[in-house]
Amino acid sequence: MSRASAVPITIRQVAKAYGTVAALDCIDLDVRSGEFLTLLGPSGSGKTTLLMVLAGFIRPDQGSLRFGDQEVIRLAPHKRDIGMVFQNYALFPHLDVAANVAYPLKLRGVSAADCARRVTQALQTVKLEGLGTRRVHELSGGQRQRVALARAIVFEPRILLMDEPLSALDKQLRESMQIELRHLHDQLGMTTVYVTHDQREALTMSDRVAVIAGGRLMQVDTPRMLYDRPGNRFVAEFIGESSFLEVTASGGAWCWNGRPLQLSTEPSGSMDPQPAQGARACLMLRPERLRIAQAGQGSPAPGTNALPARVGDVIYQGDTFLVQALLDDGTRVSARAIAGAAALARAPARNETVELHFDAGEAVLLPEEGPR
Amino acid sequence: MSGPGTPGPQRWLDRPASATQITHRARLWLYALAGAVLAFLIVPTLIVVPMSFSASQYLEFPPRQWSLRWYENYFSSATWMDATATSFKAAAWTALLATPLGTLAAYGLSPSRLRAARALQVLLITPMIVPVILIAVAVFYVYVKVKLNNSLAGLVLAHTMLAVPIVMIVVASALKSFDMNQEMVARSLGASRPRAFLTVTLPQIRFAVVSAAVLSFLTSFDEVILALFVSGGANSTLTRQMFLALRDQIDPTIAAISSIMILVTTLMFVVAQVFGGGGNAGNRDAN
Amino acid sequence: MLLGLSGPALALVLVTMVLPIAWLFGLSFLADDGSLSLVRYRRMIEQPSYARIFGATFKVSLLTTALCVVLGYPLAYVLSQLPRRAANLCLIAVMLPFWTSLLVRTYAWLVLLQRRGLVNTWGMELGLWDEPLALVHNLSGTLIGMVHIMLPFLVLPVLNSMRSIDMDCMKAAANLGASPTRAFWSVFFPMSLPGLFAGSLLVFVICLGFYVTPAVLGGGKIVMVSNQIANDIELFFNWGAASSLGVVLLVSTMALLWLASRLTRLEQLLGASR
Repeated sequence: MSRASAVPITIRQVAKAYGTVAALDCIDLDVRSGEFLTLLGPSGSGKTTLLMVLAGFIRPDQGSLRFGDQEVIRLAPHKRDIGMVFQNYALFPHLDVAANVAYPLKLRGVSAADCARRVTQALQTVKLEGLGTRRVHELSGGQRQRVALARAIVFEPRILLMDEPLSALDKQLRESMQIELRHLHDQLGMTTVYVTHDQREALTMSDRVAVIAGGRLMQVDTPRMLYDRPGNRFVAEFIGESSFLEVTASGGAWCWNGRPLQLSTEPSGSMDPQPAQGARACLMLRPERLRIAQAGQGSPAPGTNALPARVGDVIYQGDTFLVQALLDDGTRVSARAIAGAAALARAPARNETVELHFDAGEAVLLPEEGPR
Repeated sequence: MSGPGTPGPQRWLDRPASATQITHRARLWLYALAGAVLAFLIVPTLIVVPMSFSASQYLEFPPRQWSLRWYENYFSSATWMDATATSFKAAAWTALLATPLGTLAAYGLSPSRLRAARALQVLLITPMIVPVILIAVAVFYVYVKVKLNNSLAGLVLAHTMLAVPIVMIVVASALKSFDMNQEMVARSLGASRPRAFLTVTLPQIRFAVVSAAVLSFLTSFDEVILALFVSGGANSTLTRQMFLALRDQIDPTIAAISSIMILVTTLMFVVAQVFGGGGNAGNRDAN
Repeated sequence: MLLGLSGPALALVLVTMVLPIAWLFGLSFLADDGSLSLVRYRRMIEQPSYARIFGATFKVSLLTTALCVVLGYPLAYVLSQLPRRAANLCLIAVMLPFWTSLLVRTYAWLVLLQRRGLVNTWGMELGLWDEPLALVHNLSGTLIGMVHIMLPFLVLPVLNSMRSIDMDCMKAAANLGASPTRAFWSVFFPMSLPGLFAGSLLVFVICLGFYVTPAVLGGGKIVMVSNQIANDIELFFNWGAASSLGVVLLVSTMALLWLASRLTRLEQLLGASR
């Protein structure tokens, strides 16, 4: 399979409403050729609806959809020539594994000899060689998933769609399959759109992630950018853990509880680096970016902020331990540290007063309310 | 996609009818065929009713002249009236006997996980599986020997045997969606098993039991073959008389009787809804 | 102990059905003089009149089943595609014949199909034919009546089986390149086959034992096994012949029903892709 056959997807102003509920609200999205893009969102966010629009099973009320140069918005699903893996695999129970995988080839008039060869190849690619004569009900969940995958790629589609294909598998299998799917994508090179509600899965597998909620795109970015630089409160809360401080602008700088903070001079997202007097925002802090230091050690180093806090619960979680603390203004924050022997020995006790340090570049300024 | 100017039905025609995006328009022939079959099922079943008011002997539709003469024929004939009384009596007794027998059987067998219970359930269903003609002939044979022939008691016994499987199936299906733990709770609170059944379980499967009673009534009321062989003389049922009349000629009085039978069936189902409290599991699964 | 609650019902079924039938069947193994013999069964194989009866029974049952499949499958398909509420409403219409007396329905057809009945009157008025067609007291009338009665028996199991088909398979077929028609024949239809076989077998089996409709609408010309049994008893008092026929009928019924139950189990297996 050559990378040259992959095509970009262009989605413009796609909208779909059911009664008064907008399942998709004027979506604009570009998927680059050969990219692995994940649609990530909670249930009911519209991610599956958007995937179904791409597949042709849902006709949007308006908008344009192009695969490469071809406008496909009105094209019937069986003419779109894309591969799809369904959540419950949708394997044909009356055909054996080889016949399932051969199905799209037969529809395209591939000769019997070619068919057999390509089916064997596809099964090899998904590591199921030799299982061609098995019947669907004899297979395990993981094996069925691979057959569904083989069936979707055997005809070398230019685009591959996947609707939460790993959600029915147990945790161990899911995690190993995530990596395998990613390797498969790298090997075959087709444009892939993947739907999931599991943010860890999205961050693991994707080139870019489109966070979607309430039928709207919240942010489309690489996993790193989404995690380090979320553009709004929804994304900040949906991806990873976070604590939020309310900050107010005073004298050209952002202040918390009256104390000016040292924040990164890089403008973050939509926030104005020169805020007007009295402007409000919220500051996002990731728990692993907060360092726990003893109180009363004097001013911290330049570029570092110190928050006095009183410790609440200290929770051991195996690989890390979580310190929940209360700030002066009543805000609860969490700090997370690796549970090494030394760190555990230094861990604070309940009701102890500590200082939480974070560097200027590690906090993110966000608008007070996310876009609705 | 049709624009905002296209009229309603046309827009519906172009909408996808299934996951494969085939339009309603492409399936119109299928809808027409299904509609025709549906009409084939309903119309002959119901058309007897208006036809029974036709004055003509050939039961026209629509009747050129409306008349009640066939009903008069029916109500003024001693044979028909006796037969009707017999049918009602037999049906009432059947319902009275089959309902408790079948309910107890369902209660005793359905929650059990023993293999014996399964086997017994299959045994109790056999009257539904064996062709009625065989049952009729065999029962007739035995009844002649024990002199139960042409008696109401014999008829009721046989009809009850036919109705028990239906009662059992209906009540068993209701019991399946009933949480038997409730009975255990009642017993742990001090109620004896029969008391727990009567005060906790029975009220909740009420709809199924009433439906089963109605179905037993109708099974007996509508039954032809057994009645043909086993009832006779003074204890001839309505259906037996109808069948014998049909073999000779197409008596239009039977149209009036048929309408009345349809009325009785409808009334019985209304009764089921009223007294059963309108549950939804129940009788739809009976067949 | 709880099993004992089924005692009275069991006793009733045993005494009023099992024992009489067993008694009757015992008759089939007795010759006229009371000795144990298979002469009745031999007669069944040898005499051509029996072959005619079996042939008629088989023919009527097969034709009825075939017509039910042709008419019932599309109906079941449309019902399976409708939203639940609309489908259930239509189901009431399908069940309506069920709840109406067999005799009433058979009589309705008698009235509709007679020489001066509705069908002939409208047919001639619309110019479809000139002479009234003979639609009753023959095979046509019998078939029409039996199809009318048997259709719900086919539609219900087929509909049930169709409802358990995973519609994602149809989406997958479309996505893989199958046009809606192709997707239906290559995916949906094969998946619905076990249910169709089971339903057809059920219809066939019930047809075998049918009595009322052939008797009324066949006008004495259609003699199926059940009609012959009745004739043997009512007209000829030949209990022996009736009982041997009865054994054949019962054994074939049981065998076919057992086959149908195997098929429904197969269907559950095939539907296990969910």
